[in-house]
Amino acid sequence: MVSMKRRSFLKGTLATGALSVAVGTGLLKPSEVLAAWPESAFAEKSLDGAVSALGGGAPSDSGDIKIKAPDIAENGAVVPITVSTSISGVEKISVLVEQNPQPLAASFDLTSACDGFISTRIKMGKTSDIIAVVQAGGKSFSTRKTVKVTIGGCGG
Amino acid sequence: MAKNSIKIKAKNKGGKTEVKALVKHVMETGLRKDKKTGEKIPAHFIKEVKCEHNGNLVFTANWGVAVSKNPYLSFKFTGGNAGDEIKVSWVDNKGDSDSRSTKIK
Repeated sequence: MVSMKRRSFLKGTLATGALSVAVGTGLLKPSEVLAAWPESAFAEKSLDGAVSALGGGAPSDSGDIKIKAPDIAENGAVVPITVSTSISGVEKISVLVEQNPQPLAASFDLTSACDGFISTRIKMGKTSDIIAVVQAGGKSFSTRKTVKVTIGGCGG
Repeated sequence: MAKNSIKIKAKNKGGKTEVKALVKHVMETGLRKDKKTGEKIPAHFIKEVKCEHNGNLVFTANWGVAVSKNPYLSFKFTGGNAGDEIKVSWVDNKGDSDSRSTKIK
């Protein structure tokens, strides 16, 4: 009897052990992952609202952020954009499109090992300013660039 | 579970590793209408992309619907040697996910 209990006890610990390993290696993260996603910032329909939902206070204009994007995008569904900055200790880079139904397109969390550099492709509904917001050391900086769109990318 | 949806390239140059990833995904905005039925196509998009270097998280991307179909992502980080493991994983709003590992060149 005693040995039986010991058996099930062992089984129990082994199972829990395997579970925590799975969580640790990233196999079982979805719920945790979705919790970290900034829902309110993405749901915001105004530019100012989205920027303030990102946290870090009102961003100040900075010449140290560079947005590389085409002046004229022929296809709004695929607009390549690269944001690079020389500001040190960047924690977060966010990309917003002023005229999109939901301005926040993407937000990138950078660890200390990362360079202030991200590159991706976004959709733009129409001609708009692209705003890059960089958060570093508790402060927030931004810069913007106008991109002309000839064909919209949001179902138009 | 999506399979083989990620392509990754990781290259070390002068002490910095540049990671480029391409994911196959519809990235549906939820605003588009089906031309035949006139009904809205529900949103289906990648919410989060995580990138690990030898098991340590180096980079997280939070995406909304405005990221293009079959998204592309690139970033750089200091450190990383040839042969180190780079793992990229994503989760979308329907709970689907995929991950893939590669070695730094």
